[in-house]
Amino acid sequence: MSKLDNKVLFSRLQERFGDLISNETEPYGLLTVETQKANIIEVLEYLKKDEDLQFIYLTDITAVHYPEQELSIAVVYHLHSFVHNVRVRIKVYIDGQNPIIPSATLLWKGADWMERETYDFFGVRFQGHPNLQRILNVDDMDVFPMRKEYPLEDPNRVDKKDYFFGR
Amino acid sequence: MANPITKITSNKPVLTDNDPQEELITLNLGPTHPATHGVFQNVLQMDGERIVSGVSTIGYIHRAFEKIAEHRPFYQITPLTDRLNYCSSPINNMGWHMTVEKLLEIEMPKRVDYMRVIIMELARITDHIICNGILGVDTGAFSGFLYVMHEREKIYEIYEEICGSRLTTNIGRIGGFERDFNESVFAKIRAFLKRFPPVLDEFTELFDRNRIFIERTSGVAAVDTATALDYSWSGPLLRATGLDYDVRVMEPYSSYEEFDFEIPVGTNGDVYDRYMVRNEEMRQSMRIIEQALDKIEKEPAGIFHADVPEYYLPPKEKVYNNMEALIYHFKIVMGEVDTPKSEVYHAVEGANGELGFYLINDGGRSPYRLHFRRPSFINYSMYAPMSRGMLLSDAIINMSSLNVIAGELDA
Repeated sequence: MSKLDNKVLFSRLQERFGDLISNETEPYGLLTVETQKANIIEVLEYLKKDEDLQFIYLTDITAVHYPEQELSIAVVYHLHSFVHNVRVRIKVYIDGQNPIIPSATLLWKGADWMERETYDFFGVRFQGHPNLQRILNVDDMDVFPMRKEYPLEDPNRVDKKDYFFGR
Repeated sequence: MANPITKITSNKPVLTDNDPQEELITLNLGPTHPATHGVFQNVLQMDGERIVSGVSTIGYIHRAFEKIAEHRPFYQITPLTDRLNYCSSPINNMGWHMTVEKLLEIEMPKRVDYMRVIIMELARITDHIICNGILGVDTGAFSGFLYVMHEREKIYEIYEEICGSRLTTNIGRIGGFERDFNESVFAKIRAFLKRFPPVLDEFTELFDRNRIFIERTSGVAAVDTATALDYSWSGPLLRATGLDYDVRVMEPYSSYEEFDFEIPVGTNGDVYDRYMVRNEEMRQSMRIIEQALDKIEKEPAGIFHADVPEYYLPPKEKVYNNMEALIYHFKIVMGEVDTPKSEVYHAVEGANGELGFYLINDGGRSPYRLHFRRPSFINYSMYAPMSRGMLLSDAIINMSSLNVIAGELDA
């Protein structure tokens, strides 16, 4: 089947959700829209279950930290419709101090580990997740290392004694 | 045989207070057990030989690649990608370089595309032969593994001829290749195409109709398409369930649209189907490589990179003797090149499925954010829930057929 035009897809989303879908861009041809955390599950459900659109494949969930913004964490979803062979990217900006967003595990079981990974690195708490624990890092860690406030060590620092670190 | 997956509810243990827990045994499968194919652990509750529930623990070799990538210029991220799926590192390499090229909107010469196709398909073959070889070992047949290991060495010799290294190859560059394929490379590829099919035939004769192999794999860990999609599976695992999703066809990159090949699919989605799909994919890969060799002959020789001096790392001899090359070299190595502020998602068909790179660029010297969509990570998420009710011996075969590479799982 031919590709679903991004304009058509965006108008379908706006028809259904109105102003709740905003900031339409198309970087490198991939439709990217923003929505709010209150209706993210509704949007995902609509995209997945609508008979015409059929974005049944959850490709990826991840997050990005923008410390200078008021809503500092963007949770990013990539979906793929096999029927139209089109991808769509949905972003939700949430408060970095209290990052809570509903879990997509009700729609896709595959969201389970993707959300655990996002929680592990950014501290995003997915409400309704069956087992929101750290996945790659150790359990007793108390920071979320992919946030920008944890920079890597300056490789040029000279005050560190290498022999303390087995080097 | 009946489908062993009857119910998948959640990751929590299924035991309740009324269960006679004393009779269950906790079994640690891994982290460093030969049958776990890498460093990851499954804590299983066993009722005799049957798995009642399980919890997967991963992250033992997590190396913070995404964080490190935020501090490195684009070129220095290449060695990180090599170490994702080290069984087929060129695919990871090429995928990363293509992502950056998409960001920079660099058009590749056709010859480079075909060279990339050859390398990526060779990498797919190395990955699949090892996976299927080890599957044989896990069912108790060692000789097949020895046959194919030899063939993997032959492919590694091709890599070695191109770039000097064998496992983590670093073959590619942003804008093309580090150097051209010489005559010896082409001769080795042709020799491989001649010698590998009979070996593959012999390998498949060992297993395809082997009664022990069939009984150990057929009907084991069968997954239907809907469940596989629910868990976002991709690659040979998804195709074994009967869905022909392949990034090379759905969203062709590197001129894959010009090639004539088929997407093998299974019917039952069990271990046997996954084995068969991988075998057939190797045959299709050889078909693609043959076509690519023919196509390369029609392209002008000696073109192994795009004409983008501001992004393509100049060869060392030019850096020493040419002022402009020195300047470009400096700017590229120090990450001082201009890049657009944008975001890009690029996916390639890795050996295990859709390998995606999500890059957010703010125009700085490093990516603002780089996320790897790693197929092993996503495929493996179903392992513990699907093992419920399975015999331990079947769970071992199942893990083997998932082809989880620890480097790609943890990143």
